[in-house]
Amino acid sequence: MTATAITTTHFETAAPVIELSGARKTYHTGDIEFEALRGIDCRIYPGEYVAIVGPSGSGKSTLMNILGCLDVLTSGSYVLAGEDVSHMDEVALASARNRRIGFVFQQFHLLSSLTALGNVELPLIYAGVAPAERRKRAMVALERVGLGDKSRNHPGQLSGGQQQRVAIARALVTEPAIVLADEPTGNLDSHSTRDVLGMLDDLHAEGSTIVLITHESDVAARAGTVYNVTDGQFVGTGTEIAK
Amino acid sequence: MRPADLLASSWRAIRSHKMRSALTMLGIVVGIASVVLTVGLGLGTQKDVSEQIAALGSDLLIVSPGSSTDESGMRGGFGSGTTLTRADADALASTVAVPDAMAVAAEKTASVSLEYGESNWTTTVTGTSTSWPEVRSRELLYGSFFTDEDVDSGASVIVLGAETAEELFGTAAVVGQDVTIDDDTYEVVGVLSEAGSSGDTSLDDMAVVPMTTLVEQLDDSGSSESVATIYIKAAASNLLSAASQEAESLLLNLHGIAAADDADFTIDVQDSLLDAATSVYQKLTVLLTGIAALALLVGGIGVMNIMLVSVTERTREIGLRKALGAAPANIRNQFLIEAMILGLSGGAIGVAIGVGLALALPSVLGSTIVISGLALVVSVVVAVGIGAVFGVYPAARAAKLAPIDALRDQ
Repeated sequence: MTATAITTTHFETAAPVIELSGARKTYHTGDIEFEALRGIDCRIYPGEYVAIVGPSGSGKSTLMNILGCLDVLTSGSYVLAGEDVSHMDEVALASARNRRIGFVFQQFHLLSSLTALGNVELPLIYAGVAPAERRKRAMVALERVGLGDKSRNHPGQLSGGQQQRVAIARALVTEPAIVLADEPTGNLDSHSTRDVLGMLDDLHAEGSTIVLITHESDVAARAGTVYNVTDGQFVGTGTEIAK
Repeated sequence: MRPADLLASSWRAIRSHKMRSALTMLGIVVGIASVVLTVGLGLGTQKDVSEQIAALGSDLLIVSPGSSTDESGMRGGFGSGTTLTRADADALASTVAVPDAMAVAAEKTASVSLEYGESNWTTTVTGTSTSWPEVRSRELLYGSFFTDEDVDSGASVIVLGAETAEELFGTAAVVGQDVTIDDDTYEVVGVLSEAGSSGDTSLDDMAVVPMTTLVEQLDDSGSSESVATIYIKAAASNLLSAASQEAESLLLNLHGIAAADDADFTIDVQDSLLDAATSVYQKLTVLLTGIAALALLVGGIGVMNIMLVSVTERTREIGLRKALGAAPANIRNQFLIEAMILGLSGGAIGVAIGVGLALALPSVLGSTIVISGLALVVSVVVAVGIGAVFGVYPAARAAKLAPIDALRDQ
């Protein structure tokens, strides 16, 4: 990995999509207190492709939960697409997730009872989009990931790589501020891994903001910027990958 | 989230677990079917009894010998005393003393064996007066009732019930034939129309003779003046209580009794029998409905149980839906609606089975089952309500799941 530590100056003309300031997260398990995040400052700008790497237990997953509005900070602030989500209640957080975040999970998390199209439609259902509009947008998203012909298939009838593409289509369908991919290749063989990573590259090229959480350095190498998390803190600043 | 999408989502979840959904509904199905059946059976029995009592006449007073109560408040020897006499009946028939009575008939019975040729038949023979058909609301199928002259002379004439005639002669058209009782010959002057049965007593297996004939030739009780029952038909249903009071004061007077509490006779109103029977069957219906309600409670607990299992099993799905933007209320409503759909489907199937059995069983059991529209509607509403009530807790559990924990669940 050839890397030089410089700041990501060329993005700073636009407002950041993600702005974390002094982000701290403390868990309490009985009397034991555990600091998962110990003051993280981070700005991610529109169109960036960022990888967050770190060993397990580093606070990487906690950071992903915070960024994905699945959990809230103990202290510090998190502004997502201009909206301060640090102190939102559960209902507002659900809405923020729906509008701003496109999740891609390691286990795909597709509902087996729904077709590929039905799975992609799911976020739009919670956004209250009308059925006809929903179907149209879901179809466009499926075509974008090259699965326009598999819209009626159920997840069980699709390969792992195809399932993850359906999940990516589901992440894109709401046109979110960021695509948050949590170990998206962790359950895939090498062929499908290349396939899915290529897809993320394409999305990046088309202007999507992507945050990739991984422990594999070769996967992280696809990103423009890599943040290393250790013991709940960033080690150094973001590292821009030279390609 | 649009309501139609919420419904569709719940419906899909139920359909994707057909076996589990069917088992969940089973308790409700059994409960609702038994409610429909038990309520129907209760109402049917009540209807049967009402009809039987109404057939006896709803404007009838029944005077029986014996005190109404003893010291302990128990009914005394009902109908077994000898304190009512033919003279009492004659007095009651007076339009001056009892103006609200239309007709009066005293009855006295004996069990006899009728013979015709080689065949014989044992039945109850009733001695009475010519007003009997009017008082007991009976009609003649063939011939005519005996006359006042027959009563005065103690003529050997007899009127048979339709069933008795059939048993004895093989046909009911037997006017003019002779039957033999204890070697005495009686001429059949009439045959009664069929009247069904009153409880276990057939109203068609009987014979009627003039009171004088019964007392002089057939009765061996030894008290020729006493009668078993005096029936008083009121001039109209609304005059029943007036007639009852008139009859009571007359009889107290005749018997030289000062206080009504010491009366040596009892006056019953058919209506009070009807009321008593109705109240018994209402209690029976309440009891049966209570049992059915217990079945429904068990069914509801079944719904809750399975819904809780379902929440646990679908933790990941719940987590995913939350990650994709489902608010807690969306998740809660989905599970609640699932439970209500299960209740509704179970209720509908239960009603169908209940109605099916209600239509099929009467021919097997010989009892009437009344299908009440109200009971059906209430059953289905209750079934949906059970789904809702027992779905609340599982739905709340599902809504409370934290999305991260739920997603990580393996």
